Amino acid sequence: MTDTDQERDRNKETAFYKFTQQTLPACKPVLTPAWVITIFLFTGCIFIPVGLVTLRASRSVVEIVDRYDAECVPESFRIDKVSYVQDDSIPKNCSRFLKVHKYMKAPIYIYYQLDNYYQNHRRYVKSRSDQQLLHGRKYHGTSSCQPVEFNNDHAIVPCGLVAWSLFNDTFKFIRERAELKVNRKNIAWKSDRDHKFGKKVYPYNFQNGTLIGGGKLNPRIPLSDQEDLIVWMRISALPSFRKLYGRIEEDLDVDDVVVVHLMNNYNTYSFSGKKKLVLSTSSWLGGKNDFLGLAYVFVGSSSLILALVFMLLHLRYRRPYGDTIYLPWNRKSLSV
Amino acid sequence: MPLTLDISLSQTRHCNNRKENPPIAIIPTSSFPWDPGFVFGMDSKTPVENLYSIEPALSSSSRRSNFSIQSKASGGNSIREVTFTDLGSKPVRYGSHGADSETNALSQKEINDEDARLVHINDPVKTNERFEFAGNSIRTAKYSILTFVPRNLFEQFHRVAYIYFLVIAVLNQLPQLAVFGRGASILPLAIVLLVTAVKDAYEDYRRHRSDRIENNRLASVLVNYQFQQKKWKNIQVGEIIKLHANETIPCDIVLLSTSDPTGVAYVQTINLDGESNLKTRYAKQETLTKIPEEGKITGLIKCEKPNRNIYGFQANMEIDGKRLSLGPSNIILRGCELKNTAWAVGVAVYAGRETKVMLNSSGAPSKRSRLETHMNLEIIILSLFLIALCTVVSVCAAVWLRRHRDELDFLPFYRRKDFSDGEEDDYNYYGWGMEIFFTFLMSVIVFQIMIPISLYISMELVRVGQAYFMIRDTQMYDESSNSRFQCRALNINEDLGQIKYVFSDKTGTLTENKMEFQCASIWGVDYNGGKASSVDGYYVQVDGKVLRPKMKVKTDPELLQFARSGKETKEGSHVYDFFLALAACNTIVPLIIDTSDPTVKLIDYQGESPDEQALVYAAAAYGFMLIERTSGHIVIDIQGERQRFNVLGLHEFDSDRKRMSVILGFPDKSVKLFVKGADTSMFSVIERSLNVNIIRTTEAHLHSYSSSGLRTLVVGMRELSTSEFEVWHSAFETASTALMGRASLLRKVASNIENNLCVLGASGIEDKLQKGVPEAIESLRTAGIKVWVLTGDKQETAISIGYSSKLLTSKMTQFIINSNSKESCRKSLEDAIIMSKKLMTISDTANNAGGTSGAGLTPVALIIDGTSLVYILDSELEETLFQLACNCSVVLCCRVAPLQKAGIVALVKNRTSDMTLAIGDGANDVSMIQMADVGVGISGQEGRQAVMASDFAMGQFRFLVSLLLVHGHWNYQRMGYMILYNFYRNAVFVLLLFWYVLFTCFTLTTAITEWSSVLYSVIYTSVPTIVVGILDKDLSRRTLLKDPQLYGAGHRQECYNKRLFWITMIDTFWQSAVVFFIPLLAYWGSTIDGSSIGDLWTIAVVILVNLHLAMDVIRWNWITHAAIWGSIIATCICVIIIDALPSLVGYWAIFKIARTGLFWLCLLAIIVVALVPRFVVKVLYQLYTPCDVQIAREAEKFQSQRATGALEVEMNPILDPPRR
Repeated sequence: MTDTDQERDRNKETAFYKFTQQTLPACKPVLTPAWVITIFLFTGCIFIPVGLVTLRASRSVVEIVDRYDAECVPESFRIDKVSYVQDDSIPKNCSRFLKVHKYMKAPIYIYYQLDNYYQNHRRYVKSRSDQQLLHGRKYHGTSSCQPVEFNNDHAIVPCGLVAWSLFNDTFKFIRERAELKVNRKNIAWKSDRDHKFGKKVYPYNFQNGTLIGGGKLNPRIPLSDQEDLIVWMRISALPSFRKLYGRIEEDLDVDDVVVVHLMNNYNTYSFSGKKKLVLSTSSWLGGKNDFLGLAYVFVGSSSLILALVFMLLHLRYRRPYGDTIYLPWNRKSLSV
Repeated sequence: MPLTLDISLSQTRHCNNRKENPPIAIIPTSSFPWDPGFVFGMDSKTPVENLYSIEPALSSSSRRSNFSIQSKASGGNSIREVTFTDLGSKPVRYGSHGADSETNALSQKEINDEDARLVHINDPVKTNERFEFAGNSIRTAKYSILTFVPRNLFEQFHRVAYIYFLVIAVLNQLPQLAVFGRGASILPLAIVLLVTAVKDAYEDYRRHRSDRIENNRLASVLVNYQFQQKKWKNIQVGEIIKLHANETIPCDIVLLSTSDPTGVAYVQTINLDGESNLKTRYAKQETLTKIPEEGKITGLIKCEKPNRNIYGFQANMEIDGKRLSLGPSNIILRGCELKNTAWAVGVAVYAGRETKVMLNSSGAPSKRSRLETHMNLEIIILSLFLIALCTVVSVCAAVWLRRHRDELDFLPFYRRKDFSDGEEDDYNYYGWGMEIFFTFLMSVIVFQIMIPISLYISMELVRVGQAYFMIRDTQMYDESSNSRFQCRALNINEDLGQIKYVFSDKTGTLTENKMEFQCASIWGVDYNGGKASSVDGYYVQVDGKVLRPKMKVKTDPELLQFARSGKETKEGSHVYDFFLALAACNTIVPLIIDTSDPTVKLIDYQGESPDEQALVYAAAAYGFMLIERTSGHIVIDIQGERQRFNVLGLHEFDSDRKRMSVILGFPDKSVKLFVKGADTSMFSVIERSLNVNIIRTTEAHLHSYSSSGLRTLVVGMRELSTSEFEVWHSAFETASTALMGRASLLRKVASNIENNLCVLGASGIEDKLQKGVPEAIESLRTAGIKVWVLTGDKQETAISIGYSSKLLTSKMTQFIINSNSKESCRKSLEDAIIMSKKLMTISDTANNAGGTSGAGLTPVALIIDGTSLVYILDSELEETLFQLACNCSVVLCCRVAPLQKAGIVALVKNRTSDMTLAIGDGANDVSMIQMADVGVGISGQEGRQAVMASDFAMGQFRFLVSLLLVHGHWNYQRMGYMILYNFYRNAVFVLLLFWYVLFTCFTLTTAITEWSSVLYSVIYTSVPTIVVGILDKDLSRRTLLKDPQLYGAGHRQECYNKRLFWITMIDTFWQSAVVFFIPLLAYWGSTIDGSSIGDLWTIAVVILVNLHLAMDVIRWNWITHAAIWGSIIATCICVIIIDALPSLVGYWAIFKIARTGLFWLCLLAIIVVALVPRFVVKVLYQLYTPCDVQIAREAEKFQSQRATGALEVEMNPILDPPRR
């Protein structure tokens, strides 16, 4: 053997040579019936318990939902709700009675839920200025905020449709004449408070225009502390959404009646949106939603059925694996 | 008398053009309607052959055919001294067949003044006065610093895909349509453009550098009657240039004089066409004596406009009041090298970019892969789909706007009215119609990746990768010629997996084209006991130096004995004459080469025809060594004794006579005529009455030679009496000075003298079959590929090669068609069809009895010759031939002209949708290679023209098996899968966006951030498809070679077809719905914000498409692992980075949502639910209707575990691949 031959043989050992010859060591999984059945059994065995646990968590959540938008309009204004809600001179007070049907452990989350409200509408989503929220009036590139950018030639802080349409219904909760303590701090994301909303930016020229969209802001509180605004400006993903209003930090017992004194300020009547008040406990999974648990149980049981089907198929129609006899050309030569 | 001859000759010395040299325009191109580009394709062969192609019946124009001893392009070493005695008379030369008189008349007519270029010799100023001809500086670089940006952009935007990209990006810049931010929308296009631009810039820089080196080379140019060194770039048309031996020629130059007294110059054209042998070029007699330094040379050359035909040149020169015609043999071209000639002087006629080599520097025409053509149809379907989606969105948006038209003004999330500057007006609302129109455009922008632009880029990258592996494949590396596989076309890799027809040339492709003298029949005695030559072979010693032929030939000891014995004995004298004929009757030029050992010199025989070379080497081995060939004489060393023979006349090979002859003046003043040629033509001029027995035995030997696959030549001679010679001589004079019809006159003179020959014997030359050819053909046939052989050889040789290469087997029924008229062609074709049908039905019934079909089919072979094809091609018989050929498993065409080869390829290509591949090595295969869907060139002995025209080039025929069965199969499978996967990958994302749009008032909001949308096809999912497209293998090389039938997957279009496309699309629909709706339902009515659910969707869809790919990956090596898991990780990192930027809306969303259990549960559910249907279908298919590839894959896996190698060998006795 010459040197070059030896060298070539040595080359053949190197990973690079194997790479160029496309003979890198490789794993070649082949789906055998055993594997397939195992995979389905395994999936089933994972999914059913997970589904049951999920379902249980969802069921453990106690939720009180009360739609109040229609009820809170006095009878006389039922025909023209819009004019009712737009008329500042009419008091907007309204009281709702919520009956607790199951023990609710603190903290109880208070949400307001809006349906048929497209916070994800393109015009709406774009109509804000994150830079202005952080830097205040110093920042001028707020053209995205139109048509709520300027009022009387003064910049609006916070500008844009999103801030303009701030939700402004308020709720007070009374149980047996005593007001329930509602914690309205820390309802917004800490990251938003710290980094997206300026600590030295104060509302300016806000809701001073001809058209009032929603809530007003206290001009002496910096934006980073206006938590309702921060919550509102986290654009919701879907046209039916909840937003956190506060937390009740007392337990509610079965058959407790909670009286809600609310100010029905926010106009959803013009586009037939619904407003709901939600009191809900929470589990590790979040709110009450059976869908995922049911889906898991369904998928898990389907997997088990598929595993069974494949097992039967395998017993009934067995094909020896990797038998070259089954190649058509070999089959032909056999039969001839 | 010599004196008078001189005078008479000197008036007609303009006859050194080569054979009938018709301008190419004569060819009625309309008769070749299938290929507009063929004229150039054919130019690469000599014009001589172009002429033949008009009447292919008359000629086998392959110069490698059995009798092809013609000297193709040299114009002949038709050189002789006219003197009988060496009285020192001035050497003159004239062609034995200066046939250019007709051409002259023609060419003078043709070059009219408008089309001509006028070159004033040695007067560049005047030459360039009227028109500024291009200078000699060349510029292969495309760009300069200034023009780079605009030109490069312009060229890049030639791609439709980029224009689409650009239009979308521009649309997005309009404020009404701004879906994405400016940066995000331009980024992908910018990246692609930038990468390409950097690549182009680097390549161009290298071209600049080489241009600079080239332009600054030096040449000696005549300035003020002195040759001075001048840079190449400063050479002008009209200047006189002097070249020395081994110098490269700086521009296209018309020769004026050379160091050779007869004006011969030898050039090597390896840079031009790759042929390494020397070509002879001539200076005109009239200009030979002029010495540029002394007397002013003035004259006018009128030549055709610059063109790219390197074998054609037409001009005439007016000098001293005479008008001379110039042809291709008078011009030496840029890029060639002057060899074996001390110096040459010439005048530059074309310079710089107008030189023929520069005009030829463009690449082969590009082809488009079949898969890509099919794919375009699916792209159209996808665009329709895209339009449908956009229409749905805009119609829904219209309905919504209509229904809420009264609320829009004050709707909190719409608010049409703008009061900010005091008065009411519409904000950003352009009326109902425009809003719909904008919605439509915006949805096009959002859904743009439905049309997978990145697919084109991925495909290119994948092809580059595949090409890399093909090039690096050691099993396609030819050690003997040290040549690697070459991928010259980068866009038809996957076509290699679907080839149905292989058209192969024979000589040089199936065979080695290394001619080896095997045996001789001399005077009726067969000498074929050749063994390996003795250690040294034959050599002669001159002045203490050893002179030895470069190649050794095995010799027959008995014959060697006779050759040495001299001409005393009867056998000895015949042997003497025979070898003298072999050594003399040719156009070979001997070159003496130095070796490392100063005492040993090698003699290298340079010539156009490998057969002639083999014969001269054989003569040398038997002691008749050709030492020197000059204009008028040859020197042959006969058994150590140097003898000088005057070459009195030489009749070159032509296709009518199919023979050549030389008239030798012997030292003893006798004159002999030696003729060699094809057997058919020789036996018609042999004196039959003489030596009847010898003729008969020679014929018998010839038959046995040709049936064992040897190429045969017959040699004859005749002694000329003085009177005969005189008669011939005067006839020859008249003919060669004739002004009209010179060619035919000369042919007549030759035929008159070439008769009554006494047969000396015949030679058998073997053209050895290449290594592994029979096995390769067997494999290809088993793979279901039809192999057709198209050769210029004669029928017997072709059939015998057919047998030895296992193309033909004894089981086959052969139909042989060689007819001389259209009617007989029709008849034999129809008979053959009837016969073949009969055979088919017989075998069919036999099969039906046996239960399966198609197995025991009697194979049918069709053998057809060029003469018959003349009547068949381009007539209504084509269809009949095609039907017949379809029934035949083998088709062998013999004696076909190059254009007929292309015609046969076209016959199949135009009538079926099957892929065709042509493989060949010579210039005569160029047309066929360009005609076929895939052209493969063999980089072999015959120059590089086939390689230049080909899409792939390799060293040996047997590599075709690796190329098609292994790489072709892989490439096809990979590319097919990749295209489908890319469609799926983009569509799933688009649909995901689409579903969300339905929940946003149809306003094209995307929950997925714009950066993720942009990066999706750039970073998140691109690398795995490319890696899998390059690296995944469905089967190992070993299995593919063992069972060539697996190649059928490509024929059946198993990896990419309509059905798969629609299945994929349905799957896409399901998967996108799952990805979208599971989170939607799980988060309905919750506090989830857009960014968080967007992140969930992004991560889910990326993991999903990558796992989808992972499910289909067949071979997992570490690169695949890295690519797939790496992509998922890269996606997560990108999402985290995007969410860590406070300026974006989704700040911190991923951190929030990833902390919840719901997120992970959704992710898991999405992936499992989305993939289960695909998985189930896949498993069912694999279990119950497995395809061949699937079974073979299982066998590969389980048999290697189960059985030992012995079993496999037993199962597979013959088909083991040629792995040498």
